[in-house]
Amino acid sequence: MEPLLKISQLNIEGREGDHWQPIVNNIDLTLQRGEILGLIGESGAGKSTLGLAAMGYTRKGCRIASGSIVFEGLDLTKASEKELRKLRGSRIACVAQSAAASFNPAHKLIDQFCEGPVQHGLLSYEEAVRKAIDLYRRLDLPDPDTIGHRYPHQVSGGQLQRAMVAMAMATDPDIIIFDEPTTALDVTTQIEVLVAIKGVIQQLNTAAIYITHDLAVVAQLADRIMVLRYGNLVEEGEAREMLDNPQEEYTRQLLSVRNLREDKEQAAQDRDVVLNVKNVSASYIKGVNVVEDINLKIRRRKTVAVVGESGSGKTTVARVITGLLPPHQGKIVFDGKELPPDLQARNRESLQRLQMIYQMPDVALNPRQKIRKIIGRPLAFYFGIKGRKALERIKELLRMVELPANYIDRYPSELSSGEKQRVCIARALAANPDLVICDEVTSALDQLVAEGILELLQNLQNDLGVSYLFITHDLATVKAIADEIVVMLRGRIVEQGVKREILKPPHHEYTELLLSSVPEMDPDWLDNLLEERGAA
Amino acid sequence: MLALLKKSPISARVGLIIILLNVTTMILAPVIAPYSETEAIGDVWAPISGDHLLGTDQLGRDLFTRIVYGARNTITIALLITLLSFTVGSVCGFLAATLGGWVDQLISRIVDVIMAFPTLIFALMVLSVVGTSIPVLIVVIAILDSTRVYRLSRAVAMDIEVLDFVEVARLRGEGLWWIMRHEILPNAMPPLIAEFGLRFCFVFLFISALSFLGLGIQPPTADWGSMVRENSGAISFGILTPLWPAGAIAFLTIGINLVVDWFLHRSSQIRSQ
Repeated sequence: MEPLLKISQLNIEGREGDHWQPIVNNIDLTLQRGEILGLIGESGAGKSTLGLAAMGYTRKGCRIASGSIVFEGLDLTKASEKELRKLRGSRIACVAQSAAASFNPAHKLIDQFCEGPVQHGLLSYEEAVRKAIDLYRRLDLPDPDTIGHRYPHQVSGGQLQRAMVAMAMATDPDIIIFDEPTTALDVTTQIEVLVAIKGVIQQLNTAAIYITHDLAVVAQLADRIMVLRYGNLVEEGEAREMLDNPQEEYTRQLLSVRNLREDKEQAAQDRDVVLNVKNVSASYIKGVNVVEDINLKIRRRKTVAVVGESGSGKTTVARVITGLLPPHQGKIVFDGKELPPDLQARNRESLQRLQMIYQMPDVALNPRQKIRKIIGRPLAFYFGIKGRKALERIKELLRMVELPANYIDRYPSELSSGEKQRVCIARALAANPDLVICDEVTSALDQLVAEGILELLQNLQNDLGVSYLFITHDLATVKAIADEIVVMLRGRIVEQGVKREILKPPHHEYTELLLSSVPEMDPDWLDNLLEERGAA
Repeated sequence: MLALLKKSPISARVGLIIILLNVTTMILAPVIAPYSETEAIGDVWAPISGDHLLGTDQLGRDLFTRIVYGARNTITIALLITLLSFTVGSVCGFLAATLGGWVDQLISRIVDVIMAFPTLIFALMVLSVVGTSIPVLIVVIAILDSTRVYRLSRAVAMDIEVLDFVEVARLRGEGLWWIMRHEILPNAMPPLIAEFGLRFCFVFLFISALSFLGLGIQPPTADWGSMVRENSGAISFGILTPLWPAGAIAFLTIGINLVVDWFLHRSSQIRSQ
């Protein structure tokens, strides 16, 4: 059978200064009607570029250097802009990673839905509205009849993502390109969206290209998987077969990162407690507690992970500990001494011993400061180390976070995200802290890069004996690094204890929900889970 | 610095040359100028000739001489005013953004009050009470101008202030001055530089408006804005005299903005790489 889409020997290049840099190299890709193809790889692998090329589109500053993209007999690389415009959004549609950034905040959902089909002359406005309601129902959105009359900010992230899937399906496209549609979502929300996508694709027999960096997610949906790295094809094959028996070393690495790593169990003694948070409640607006009655202890050389969905108050706990948000009740005891609730009132020593690492390394580093200044400042500020001694110490810190010494004169923009996060770690370490608060430090990173950061943090803990308070919504991270786990829901701690205890059933029902929502590398996992939940 | 120049685009070099030309004229004014700044030596609005390179003005003074001296007065005063207004405006703006709360409220409301009056009327009021002299003129215009700089820098700083690296500095225990100087200012530079190029040119016009009303730079001291005003009547007789000082203003404005554009381009590159 003639494939629906056939890409052969495709080369895409991106402009870098004066010359063209290859992004995608000699890729062949075929897509049959009704087939779901998973494209997987780290960021910079060229998967999004390849996905967009399937629409005959390249981002600004990129060009298709050679090769052909044939959709139903029409070569998109040679097609005129007019022909392409007719295809895009009607025969081939796209779902982007961040629905929040892709919807126009000033228009209602349903008006944005109708724009495509009406513009292409496929449906009248009334027909489009009926279709929208039908799709909203199929995608399991609440109140399908009226939800379209809301504005993007009036629905949740998961709902918005599903509304975007509906929008992509408005014109009954032959192909939908999903560009990391669930990456920005919580695990529990991710499931909703995955189920909706899977269901609706099967019902309508649409072909899809599903781009993601998460193998476990793609395992649930794809018939076939292509693994990309640096713009080259690493491996291609049937989904089940590849998961059972990966041929290439790189694919094996991707598969192995989620495996649980056991940490040495150490005898915990109460005098080892570095941080003790007692009965803390805090609020941004008087009377509305964001976190309530929080009790937690962190011991020396230990890692406590705080888990929960976004909005559960994890970050607020960190803000209370650091003094950015003084609690109205309870106290924070650091190394046996009670800390003043407000940051301003704390002395330099207690600030130095408590450091923080952030989720987004891009905004946690001042883009106008060189690495030398970023890491050197805490040295000068806390210890008065300057000049040659500071230089040596900065180099030593860079070595500790496994970065080359010549990075010292670079700006943050000249580093990759993983490297930036390492600089953030070096900056925290420069202060010789006893406790480091890590706020979702791996969420914005690719799987393998994140794995590298976790390993580094683990090694540093072994070498330097720092404690970590690890805030995350990713349970794979927790399994990898935590000694103790604290589960939070709506501003309260619902369960806490040693890792093994928490991960061992019976769980609190919310912990159960969180744990069971983490995608596994099993292609049947999603179906089985839904069956179980349906039965329960 | 030299390496930087080598990489600069042609437009920036043209801009630099224009600025350099103006600065040289400023410094060497007494050497370049063929006549005295204030002495009438010819007919009213005499045409261009060997004696008078650009003709004469409405009182028969040599126009070329006046433009050369005008460069000295106008550019120095305009530069001082703009620098002062940016210092005051951005420091206040950054303070308001970083401290927030009542400090922000207080400064913002004062600025609102100043901005509620038309600038020219406010300036007239103050100058007629305090009396006209160059230092007073500089301070008054700078303060009036700084309200706009304040608005801009406060808005820009507010966007930067919420970023994590500022929080990192706070958690480290850094003082207010360090946060403003090292964390916020470098990141607020691009819009401020762009605004600087624009404000600098507006200041010329503002001075000339005041001069016209008799409260700006006092005659017979030459300044470009006033020269345009004083000679503007000539246009209706088809005489080109007022176009020369106007051209001088435009020339410098373009030069400055070419360089400003280059700065902006460079700094946005560092950011987005």
